[in-house]
Amino acid sequence: MVRIIGILIGLFFSGWLLVSFGMGAVAYISNPPAESVEKEFHKEPKEVSYSSDGPLGKFDRQQLQRGFQVYKEVCSACHSLRLVAFRNLEDIGYNEDEVKAIAANWSIGVPDADPNTGEMTTRPGLPADKFPKPFANDIAARAANNNAIPPDLSLITKAREGGAPYIYSLLTGYTNPPANLPEANQPGPGLHYNPYFANLNLAMAPPLAAEDQVSYSDGTKASVDQMAKDVSAFLIWTAEPKLEARHQAGWAVLAFLLIATILAYLSYRTIWADVKAEKKQKAA
Amino acid sequence: MSFPWANQYAPTTEFGRWMDEKLPVPRLVYNSLGAGYPTPRNLNYMWNFGSLAGIFLVVQIVTGIILAMHYAANANIAFDSVEHIMRDVNSGWMIRYAHANGASFFFIAIYLHIGRGLFYGSYKAPREMIWLLGVVIYLLAMATAFMGYVLPWGQMSFWGAKVITGLFEAIPLVGKPIQELLLGGFAPDNAALNRFFSLHYLLPFVIAGVIILHIWALHIPGSNNPTGVDVKGPQDTVPFHPYYTAKDGWTLGVALIFFTMVMFFLPNALGHADNYIPANPLSTPAHIVPEWYFWPWYAILRAFTVDFLFIPAKLLGVLAMFSAILVWFFLPWLDRSPVRSGMFRPKFKIFFGILVIDVLVLGYCGGAPAEEPFVMISQFAGAYYFAHFLIILPLLSRLEKPEPLPNSITESVTGQPLKTAS
Repeated sequence: MVRIIGILIGLFFSGWLLVSFGMGAVAYISNPPAESVEKEFHKEPKEVSYSSDGPLGKFDRQQLQRGFQVYKEVCSACHSLRLVAFRNLEDIGYNEDEVKAIAANWSIGVPDADPNTGEMTTRPGLPADKFPKPFANDIAARAANNNAIPPDLSLITKAREGGAPYIYSLLTGYTNPPANLPEANQPGPGLHYNPYFANLNLAMAPPLAAEDQVSYSDGTKASVDQMAKDVSAFLIWTAEPKLEARHQAGWAVLAFLLIATILAYLSYRTIWADVKAEKKQKAA
Repeated sequence: MSFPWANQYAPTTEFGRWMDEKLPVPRLVYNSLGAGYPTPRNLNYMWNFGSLAGIFLVVQIVTGIILAMHYAANANIAFDSVEHIMRDVNSGWMIRYAHANGASFFFIAIYLHIGRGLFYGSYKAPREMIWLLGVVIYLLAMATAFMGYVLPWGQMSFWGAKVITGLFEAIPLVGKPIQELLLGGFAPDNAALNRFFSLHYLLPFVIAGVIILHIWALHIPGSNNPTGVDVKGPQDTVPFHPYYTAKDGWTLGVALIFFTMVMFFLPNALGHADNYIPANPLSTPAHIVPEWYFWPWYAILRAFTVDFLFIPAKLLGVLAMFSAILVWFFLPWLDRSPVRSGMFRPKFKIFFGILVIDVLVLGYCGGAPAEEPFVMISQFAGAYYFAHFLIILPLLSRLEKPEPLPNSITESVTGQPLKTAS
């Protein structure tokens, strides 16, 4: 009985899937789906490598500091970094006094109550503060940015397919729209063509537009390419500040497990020796 | 279970004898995982994944309890509390990455364990109950994993919760109230997050309870083996400890090496970038995709694109998706071939191979965007999936001529006939 009911149910599900398959196939052949314009013009991120790549990767602190300088002087005007605190900058090579100075001199103050009147105001940043947000709220952010909210950058390299190379490609990928781009996909007012962006047009104007927009204190030439690389490396760190500890711990755990597994294998061989010997007799 | 030749527990110390009289816990352990459990001597490495799944469950429970000490189940701060764990809690990143990837490794182990049962006929008499309890464990594990993925309250958490609870909406009349009961509202929000957290903490212990029943049921007939032939004498078995504890032990090391490589060097490879964006009810991600271990079922859900008379395609998809797993409950009665092991079933072997490829294809389509040709491929693969269990297996048990079975386990291993004591 179970089998008869089963066969009937099976015939129904399988049969109906085959009917759906047939109808889908007919529709597919008679009316093949056109490739969308976004897919046709969209580009995969460029190849770019970072010192933090791979299981042996470590941060290049000089590069992170340069990237931080780009964030501070360019990105921070619109993009928040709400999960990172000033004190975290010690991890990328600034000393305590430098961190104090960076926090105190940050372009925007930290919202807090006035200790005398209790009214909301701002005060200079402290190392324990998170980076203050450039806009008071989402409405202000939208109003100032052509109705698009600049995303928070703390996790951006983990929150986008393609990671840091995607950020790098986006920053260096602005071009004029190709001649054969359909009218509907031309950038509207306030939008900018960028083939690395999913729908090809984004509201962010090219942020790294000119050479030496930032003057690096370590003497590195601030080409657009260099600035994009540095700031995307910095954003790898903001998204994954424990990356180096993770790689180190990984190798230690692997070394331990390798030894433990070899020992466990040897004891397995010893324990099974008598049973295996019996099996060998068969072969002999 | 006790074969007459099973080692008997004999306490050697005064305290051991005292304990054995009052509360014989050492005896229980000895008889279930120790030398008191005679196990077929010919188990191959496919038999290692049950204990491995159990160990990964323990990893999940231990890391999960620690995470719960720092996590806050509130829609306003859940996302940030996870980032607090990643950034400020000592070694928090390690605990979280172990927990997130441990779920994947638990499912890898459980899928190989299920596959072994399917190939070697471990679901057949007298082991039906072990199989049924196993299916219950799998269903509970899926519910637990789904709710766990909602907790970080990222974009995929939110939209996953919306899509999966939305499935119940397809049920006529009671569907909408069921969905509202599951969510505690009309859309995923704080109420949903809180009840998912509560259940996510509870269900692993329910799973642990069902695992005890699963192992209890196993010890009544004893373990199946690659030949599928019953144990006939002492020569056919070795004591579980030290033989299989040693074998499980060294393969555990191998599994942990793979786990380490993923967890420390590719911790986000199995996850989804969108889940690092805080949940936003006003912005739908381009592709809503569940975790990889749900992909085959997700493909079946989306394969139904045509209404059947008055039944809408969505409801058909939901019914088919649940049936795809519920059919396993009937497997012991669908496959009536008296031969357990696929090793001696020439035709079954071929169909089993097709099923494995079929499920992998379904999995691939489930992870791909819902567009052609993936929908057509999943329709074809889904049709085979149901045909395999509900049509091919029942007919095969009648039509197939199995190969001759070995007389005993010992004979298949050593070539020498089993010496019976009597």
